[in-house]
Amino acid sequence: MSTPSNSAPGSPSGDVPSGTSPTANVILEMRDITKEFPGVKALSNVSMVVRRGEVHAICGENGAGKSTLMKVLSGVYPAGTYDGEIHFEGQLSEFHNIRDSEHAGIVIIHQELALIPEMSIAENIFLGNETASGGVIDWMATRVKARELLARVGLEEEPDTKIREIGVGKQQLVEIAKALSKDVKLLILDEPTAALNEGDSQHLLDLISGLRSKGVTCIMISHKLNEIEQIADSITIIRDGKSIETLRVKEDGVDENRIIRGMVGRDLESRFPDHTPQLGEVFFEVKNWTVRHPSVPDRLVAKHSDFFVRRGEIVGFAGLMGAGRTELMRSLFGRSYGTYVEGTIVKDGREVKLRTVSDAIEAGLAYVTEDRKTLGLNLLDDIKRTTVSARLSRITRGFVVDEREEYNYAESYRKSLRTKAPNVDEGVAKLSGGNQQKVVLAKWLFTEPDLLILDEPTRGIDVGAKFEIYGIIQRMASEGKGVILVSSELPELIGLSDRIYTISEGAVTGVLDREQADQESLMRLMTRRTHGGSHATDAPRASA
Amino acid sequence: MDKVKKIFGGDTRQLGMIFALVALIIFFQIWTAGLTLTPDNVINIFQQNSYILVLAIGMVLVIIAGHIDLSVGSVAAFVGISVAIAMRDWGLSWWMGILFGLALGALVGAWQGLWTAYVGIPAFIVTLSGMLLFRGANQYVGKSNSVPVSDDFQVIGGGYLPEVGPDTGYNNLTVLIGLLLAAGVVYGSVRSRRALVKLGADVEEAWVMWTRIALICAAIIGATLLFGSGRPGTSFPIAGMILALLVLLYGFISNRTVIGRHIYAVGGNRHAAELSGVKSKKVNFLVMMNMSILAALAGMIFVARSTASGPADGVGWELDAIAAVFIGGAAVTGGVGTVVGSIVGGLVMAVLNNGLQLKGIGADATQMIKGLVLLVAVAFDVYNKSQGRASIIGLLTRNFRGGRPGGDDAPPPPSAAVETTPTSETIRQST
Repeated sequence: MSTPSNSAPGSPSGDVPSGTSPTANVILEMRDITKEFPGVKALSNVSMVVRRGEVHAICGENGAGKSTLMKVLSGVYPAGTYDGEIHFEGQLSEFHNIRDSEHAGIVIIHQELALIPEMSIAENIFLGNETASGGVIDWMATRVKARELLARVGLEEEPDTKIREIGVGKQQLVEIAKALSKDVKLLILDEPTAALNEGDSQHLLDLISGLRSKGVTCIMISHKLNEIEQIADSITIIRDGKSIETLRVKEDGVDENRIIRGMVGRDLESRFPDHTPQLGEVFFEVKNWTVRHPSVPDRLVAKHSDFFVRRGEIVGFAGLMGAGRTELMRSLFGRSYGTYVEGTIVKDGREVKLRTVSDAIEAGLAYVTEDRKTLGLNLLDDIKRTTVSARLSRITRGFVVDEREEYNYAESYRKSLRTKAPNVDEGVAKLSGGNQQKVVLAKWLFTEPDLLILDEPTRGIDVGAKFEIYGIIQRMASEGKGVILVSSELPELIGLSDRIYTISEGAVTGVLDREQADQESLMRLMTRRTHGGSHATDAPRASA
Repeated sequence: MDKVKKIFGGDTRQLGMIFALVALIIFFQIWTAGLTLTPDNVINIFQQNSYILVLAIGMVLVIIAGHIDLSVGSVAAFVGISVAIAMRDWGLSWWMGILFGLALGALVGAWQGLWTAYVGIPAFIVTLSGMLLFRGANQYVGKSNSVPVSDDFQVIGGGYLPEVGPDTGYNNLTVLIGLLLAAGVVYGSVRSRRALVKLGADVEEAWVMWTRIALICAAIIGATLLFGSGRPGTSFPIAGMILALLVLLYGFISNRTVIGRHIYAVGGNRHAAELSGVKSKKVNFLVMMNMSILAALAGMIFVARSTASGPADGVGWELDAIAAVFIGGAAVTGGVGTVVGSIVGGLVMAVLNNGLQLKGIGADATQMIKGLVLLVAVAFDVYNKSQGRASIIGLLTRNFRGGRPGGDDAPPPPSAAVETTPTSETIRQST
């Protein structure tokens, strides 16, 4: 703090009377925020202004930089690791960690809830902020205060109830109660309704408008444009790490189409290899595919989905984060995600039951995961062992691995995919992302699949390697394999796919041919609401 | 140093352990004025430690798969007493006794494997339970008494290769096995080199291979002569033979077979393994079962050597076996380790023990020294990882931010370790 002598003139400290300048209506201003990670510029010169007492939405495609921006604001990325200024309540603020920003009154609620399942509601609300004297917790006061806070968020549960006993919608409310307990001035919600069903979502939105009327400012990141249209006062659109525009919902008469245009308004460059599709007959068909969430039984992650794939066809799957694309694909791949409810898979005219991953591999399916390092690779292994690992039986006699054949195959895939590595004895952990992805592709091509499911095959890969991977995908199609391409990058989907399905909230909401597909039409289908909500028919919990 | 690395392969960890072992032997050889490398003493080291080394073979597989087995000492004791009683009361012959013991081990292993793999209880808990359970079972079955075993059974623990053929001054069978082994090394190296050349792969220079072959053969023949020149009636111990066969067998299984690959895959990244079609439950079951079978064998070797089974057999063995595995380069997080490494690790402990005993150092000091050796060996490993090579743990945790697939829409920054903090920070805030 400064000495009293120089604090008087022009000091921006708290004694500036309110209402004297336009900045009094502004609670937060972020100026020219630039955040770089090695090799990637996640944010460049992002600016936004949030007015006091409004709900301010941030919109943008996956990877546009929304979450990074919020992490800068909340001190997850400490001051000094980014360029630019944050002015909160008229003061230049430098947050070095989350505690700093919370001290100032900024509370962020992440998409992944930070609650401890085995502790009670009251304990969670006051965790790290306990009502205690001399280290001894006053449980009476804690319960009384918790009950007050629960009443404010409209949650009728006993403070002693354990978190794991309440549904995810109520957990979200507990998070908000926790934020309120900290005298929050600016509440940041990252995809608050992504995991909720419609009833719970609506309740949460009502709560947010209730908080607004009591003077709490909210920043909300959401992919659900209908919700944004319903609740937001202002919308800042971020695209490719830049702030594009801020829209005033009422004044500018903003609707979903306007938001979509802002989100996708960029040129589609021609950065795909030439490819002439040779489509064969339909050989893979999924009918009425329905799957439950593995731990939340009243949530369906795939809802009565129907789709098909032709030989030689690249079929795209578009959907926003949390729409259920990965969940759908993994549930098809030997039920490796969720609980199967109903639905059939028909391959080559016959119904197949793929109960385990080995069944799926046996039936000619291959699934390249979006999460290369945690689900796709054993980082302790080398290239050759990885290449053969999904179908060892191809190179074994009895139970013995033929190391010569292993070497041969690994080497031939290394050459044909042009993996950059000194030799196939190199550990996969040492390779770059693009080359690791090629090794994963080799591993699945080695299983000789008929249907190759690629989940975000170019995530975290540089441009040159992307182009090569596009070439590999097209080559697979030319060889008569079916390819399912799941991607969050719409230009990639439009550039590669022969047909694109859109998925929203676990259901197929549409299908577009290559000629019809453009970013706006896809975005409209991707954000389409599926009626009937995400309840299973026997949903046990009514919304609070 | 580069040349040395070429000869022994690039694995600094294992290389370090082999050098440590050699250095330790030389050190004790000098310190004990030549008492370490006498035929009797070397035979003694093998006989005294063969059962721990047998356990280490099973333990390294358990640890590679990401588990631990605390019950091996109790299982060994339980099987030992059961076999001794079965042979005494039911009149089983020695080989029927061995088969009975192995079957009993398999049964115990199936029990522990069932809870670990299929019920999903951590192996630490299952085998802690087994440690109590089978220790008690040993005392229940044996009524806390010692039960002697017959002379022909004692051969597997205390016996030697027999004398055959003309009197050469050496034990002929030992020498023969040594020569065969040396010939096998030469043949195998040349053959695999030729195969690699055929494939057009990069091969090491010829001098590298021949130097390595020369060193290995010198070691084998040296050891052969040492074992073969002992007092008449002693030679390479049968227990050592069993161990050698197991090392070859399990070395092969872990490297060259499907189940071996699957063990490394499950330990290295279980989710990735499952998404590649590996049945991780089956792998875990087999690994736990195998451990108990080897524990049964170790128990029988021990009983045979000490001519009787008692209620305190096998106390603390699990810790010796686990120490051998970690000194031998396995990782606590699983996915890393070798059979040969664990044997080397076990021998380091054995030589240390033996040398200190020869010098008359007390059990108190010996234990303290062994404890420090374990710590230093693993510290060496950790240090190695922090230098140069990226730590495996770091690589893995980096990707756990967000948790659920698609939990974060930021581009994946390479330095994302910071991003794991928000939840814990939120919890810890304002204390």
